[in-house]
Amino acid sequence: MYRYDEFDAKFVSERTAQFRDQANRRLSGELTEDEFRPLRLMNGLYLQLHAYMLRVAIPYGTLSGKQMRQLAMIADKYDKGYGHFTTRQNIQYNWIKLEETADILQALADVEMHAIQTSGNCIRNVTTDHWAGAAADELDDPRPIGELIRQWSSLHPEFSFLPRKFKIAITGAPHDRAAVKVHDIGLRLHKNAAGQIGWEVMVGGGQGRTPMIAQTVRDFLPQNELIAYLEAIMRVYNLYGRRDNKYKARIKILVHEIGAEKFKAEVEAEYAKHPAQQTQVEEAELARIAKYFAAPKFEKMSRFAPHFEEHRRANPDFAAWARNNLAAHAKEGYTIVNISLKPEGGIPGDATGEQMRVMAELAERYSHDELRVSHAQNIVLPHVKLEDAYVVWQELKKHDLAAANYGLAGDIIACPGMDYCSLATARSIPVSMAISRKFGDLAKQEDYGPLKINISGCINACGHHHVGHIGILGLDKKGEEYFQITLGGSSSENASIGTILGPGFSAEEVPDAIETILNTYVKLRESKNEDFLTAYRRVGPKPFKEALYAAA
Amino acid sequence: MTAEEKGQVMTANRLGDGLVVFLQRSGDWSEKIDDAVLALKPEATAALEARAALDVKANLVTGQYLFDATRVNGKIRADHIRERIRTLGPSVRLDLGKQAEGTAGAFQPVEG
Repeated sequence: MYRYDEFDAKFVSERTAQFRDQANRRLSGELTEDEFRPLRLMNGLYLQLHAYMLRVAIPYGTLSGKQMRQLAMIADKYDKGYGHFTTRQNIQYNWIKLEETADILQALADVEMHAIQTSGNCIRNVTTDHWAGAAADELDDPRPIGELIRQWSSLHPEFSFLPRKFKIAITGAPHDRAAVKVHDIGLRLHKNAAGQIGWEVMVGGGQGRTPMIAQTVRDFLPQNELIAYLEAIMRVYNLYGRRDNKYKARIKILVHEIGAEKFKAEVEAEYAKHPAQQTQVEEAELARIAKYFAAPKFEKMSRFAPHFEEHRRANPDFAAWARNNLAAHAKEGYTIVNISLKPEGGIPGDATGEQMRVMAELAERYSHDELRVSHAQNIVLPHVKLEDAYVVWQELKKHDLAAANYGLAGDIIACPGMDYCSLATARSIPVSMAISRKFGDLAKQEDYGPLKINISGCINACGHHHVGHIGILGLDKKGEEYFQITLGGSSSENASIGTILGPGFSAEEVPDAIETILNTYVKLRESKNEDFLTAYRRVGPKPFKEALYAAA
Repeated sequence: MTAEEKGQVMTANRLGDGLVVFLQRSGDWSEKIDDAVLALKPEATAALEARAALDVKANLVTGQYLFDATRVNGKIRADHIRERIRTLGPSVRLDLGKQAEGTAGAFQPVEG
C-alpha cells in the first residue's frame, strides 16, 4: 500500500509547521486574506457556506484501517461527527476552524496523510479504479504508476502554477471504473501480444461547463517512458493553455481549439527534445514502488463457499446485498465488498465517525487492512473471503451501512450542493434524498437494473451529471432552484456526454420525472438484459422527451 | 396586514472559526440574523460597507458582502434561499448549524 518514504515524511512535517505559522500570522493580522488565501488553498482549506472546509487527499482512494480511524477522530474532535467522501476519492470536513487546522494537518501527518494539492492550479490527487489490485478483470494494479505520478507531481515547481487545475485518472482494467476519459489526462493499461505493459494516453477530457471526452494521443506508451511523456504534455499545456480566461483555461479547451492532431504533434515535438537516458523510469525504482502495493497474502480457498451459500439461501436480505454489492475478485474464494454510503433517503457520501470506525475495524479483521474510497462516494473492502461476507454484512447492517443498492437507482452521486458549497446554484442533496426515497423498494430498483443517477448543484459538475445515465443539474432561475435533466451520459470505456432533454423541473417535480423516464425505459427495453444506457443508445432521447413533456 | 421592509444585510465569516456572522447596529457581529441591521437606504448600506471593511482590516471577519433581505413583523428574512441556508444551516441536517444551536432567527426551517 502507499506509504510515506523518508522524503514524504520530512516534507509533510515541514509543510504542517509552515502552515501553522501561516495560520498564526493570518490570525494575528500579519497576513491579509488576499495573501493567505493561496496558502490555505494549497493545503486544502476552503471557506464555504457555513465555515471553513478541509479537503483531505486520499491517494488513489486507498486507506488503511488506522488512517480511516484517524479520519473518524478528526470528524469527532474537529468537526460535527461526520465527513463527506467525494467524487474525487477524497474526504471533506464541513465545519473546520482555522484556529484548529494546523492540529488537524498534524493529525493527518501522524498517519501519513495530508491535504496538499487538493486545491489550486496544480496536478491534483491521482484517482483510480476503486477495485485496483482486486478486480477479476484487471490486467495489472495501476496504483504503482499512480504512486509514481504522485511522487513526480507533488510540489513539482514547474507544474505548481498551471493555467488551471489538472486531474489525472488511471485504470488497469478494460472496464473503466475510474472515468479516465473525462479527466485532463486519462491512462489505461494495455498488454500486447508479448505480454508487455503499455499505457494508452488520453488527453483533454473533462466535465464542468464545457464537457469533453478525452482524445487518445498514444495507443501504447512503454511504461518506463510514462513520466517523460506526461512531462511533455504538461509543458505544452503550460505554454499554450489560456491564462486570460478562467473558463477556457483547462487543457480540454486547448486540445479542442487547436485540434487533437496538432496538440499531439506539439507533444511529440516536446517529447523528442528529451534525451532518452533522462526520460526513462528505472526498473529498480518501479519495482521498489510496486512493492508497496504487493498483493496481500491470500489463502488458497475453494471456489465453493458453503457458509456463504447457506446464508444466501436462508436470508433474502443478505442474498440481495450479496447480489448487488459483492463483485468478482481476482482470487478464488475472495470477494470485493462494496459498502453503499447511500442509505434510503440518506446523504450520498456522508459517514459518521462511528461508521468510519466500524469500516476500519472490518477492514482490519476481514480485508487485509485495506479500504478504498470510490469516485461514486462509496467505500470498498477489496479483499474479503467469501466465507466472511455474512459476518461483514451483519456488522454493516447494525450501523446503517448495508444498503443493497450498489450500482442501482438508489446509488446516487451528489455533490454537496447549496447546502454546503458556496459555488452552488441549487441544492443537490435534497433531490438525491427524494429520488432515493421514491425508489426505496429494492425490487423496483433491481427491475430498473444498472443505473447511474448523478446530480450536480452547479455547472462545475462535481456531481458528474454529464456522465450520469440520468444526469441532473441544479440551476438558479430568478432566485428559484430548478433542475435540468440529461440522458445517456457515461464515464465508462464507452464514455459519452448526456443530452439535455428539455425544459427544467422544480425540485418537487424531479422524482416523478425520473420515474417517468424509467417507466418509459421499462416499456421500450427489448428484454430485461437490455440496461437503461443500452436502450437509450438504441432509441435516442425522443421517446423519453415525449413521455416527459407530453402533459405540457 | 403584514408590515414589510426591504433592505440589505451585511454578512461575513468570522476569521477564526469561519462561522457566518451579521453586522449589528452596534458595530458588533452577531451569529443571529435577527440581530442584524437592515440597511434601507444607500447611506446606511455605505455605512455597513465601511464598517465591514474596517473589521476585515482588523482581522475580525473575512469574505464580507451584502445580501437582500426583508423585515417581516420585525424579523429579518433573507430573500434568496442561499442566504437563508447560511442563516440556518444545511437544509438536509436540521440537527446542525444555527437552526440547531438557537441562533437561527425567526424563520426556519428552509422551505422550497
